[in-house]
Amino acid sequence: MRSVAIIGIGKTAFGAFPARDLRSLAVEAVDHALTDANVSAPAVEAFYVGNFAGPSFVGQNHLAPYIGTAAGFNGIPCTRFEDACASSGSAFFHAWQSVAAGVYDLVVAAGVEKMTSQTTPRVTEILAGAGDMAGEGRAGATFPALFAMIAQRHMHQYGTTREQLAAVSVKNHANGAKNPHAHMRKVITLEQALAGKPIAEPLTVYDCSLISDGAAAVVIVPADQAQRYTTRSVRVLSVAQTSDYVALDSKQDITLFPSVKSAGEKAYEAASVGPSEIQVAELHDCFTIAEILASEDLGFVPKGDGGPWAAAGCSAIGGRLPINTSGGLKSKGHPVGATGVGQICDIVMQLRGDAGERQVARHQIGLAQNLGGSGATCVVTILRAE
Amino acid sequence: MDSSEFGDGTVYTETIVHSPPEQYAADAPYQLAIIDVDRGARLTVRILGKEPNERAHIGDRVSFVEERNGVAYYRKSNSQVAADEPSGTARPLV
Repeated sequence: MRSVAIIGIGKTAFGAFPARDLRSLAVEAVDHALTDANVSAPAVEAFYVGNFAGPSFVGQNHLAPYIGTAAGFNGIPCTRFEDACASSGSAFFHAWQSVAAGVYDLVVAAGVEKMTSQTTPRVTEILAGAGDMAGEGRAGATFPALFAMIAQRHMHQYGTTREQLAAVSVKNHANGAKNPHAHMRKVITLEQALAGKPIAEPLTVYDCSLISDGAAAVVIVPADQAQRYTTRSVRVLSVAQTSDYVALDSKQDITLFPSVKSAGEKAYEAASVGPSEIQVAELHDCFTIAEILASEDLGFVPKGDGGPWAAAGCSAIGGRLPINTSGGLKSKGHPVGATGVGQICDIVMQLRGDAGERQVARHQIGLAQNLGGSGATCVVTILRAE
Repeated sequence: MDSSEFGDGTVYTETIVHSPPEQYAADAPYQLAIIDVDRGARLTVRILGKEPNERAHIGDRVSFVEERNGVAYYRKSNSQVAADEPSGTARPLV
């Protein structure tokens, strides 16, 4: 396997953009990434795009060539990946494999979602399709409900508190308020987070990520060719993708995600780094409890300590391990198909030292964790500054 | 689901859903739970009842009421919710 480098990143702002269609968002992100990489579109050899539910959200299928031709790609393989909220993490994993295996030398991985043209109840219903629709979905389980049940169980087993969940939201909003590309640039207080409108108890609206439009893209090449394009490349130390049951009630212990634990272990081993060496991370905070679980399952803290750890400020910028300096899915926004590649772009920014007032002090090694459904897919990527 | 697999059980986890999917808008708020049925299965079910004392918490016993449109409806054991309680109205899937 060849070592791979990211030579360009591109993102749209995340938000509600009623005047923009799905394709224009994706093309904008790809254009930014190609410009950042000093690459022209016809030189790209393959295109991997993650998208969860374009057909349901905007009625468009066959998205990869639909976007690829508009982006200026020249008859190359264009393929869409769907793994719920880990769709573009999966696209990135497969793009990385193709370059690492020597199949291609210049590949674009992207993600896009256009969600805000549907009403919240309809979005809730479409998102529920990432669960088991014959079982939990039919019973009325929304994604907030599934993560609420995870939170209840985590609180029951480990004593995690409502205040600790809210602390994650307060932190991510504080970070997102400083991110010009974030959807909700609003600082919130602990009191506000605790008093939010209930969505699925114990989760309030402040525990839930946002319904957003947006796109993100990266350009990857073999690491030994990166210098041809840029002096600002970032090394992909490892990428691991894992899977597990789609239905939450098929899991033995819902307070941990085996897919996250095993993706982390595989990624750490392949990168020859341990959890204590990670200096900045983007974790999949679709709900506040998900960030707490991920911080435990990835080995940053022992199981059950994620809540107190977040509440003590250990994951804030300036803390022991800054998490979601972008604002996370909570504040930056969660256009689900764009999230995985978006997280990778955010880590690349940190490793390049381009994160402005959100820049962390130590930025040699970063990790991105992208989750699909209630843990049925996980992609963990470890990156290193060159 | 075959109704023979139902039976009394114990709540493993639960929530009250305030923001429902479109198809269950008329039911909200409703209680959803993952329960461990005594004969071994783990199921996602609805718990009937709207009153605070009808809410089943983790570890509470729940009794099978009925199965409609593939959804199992339970109530907290020893609570007095009638089987035709309106929160249990499940509209058929579109």
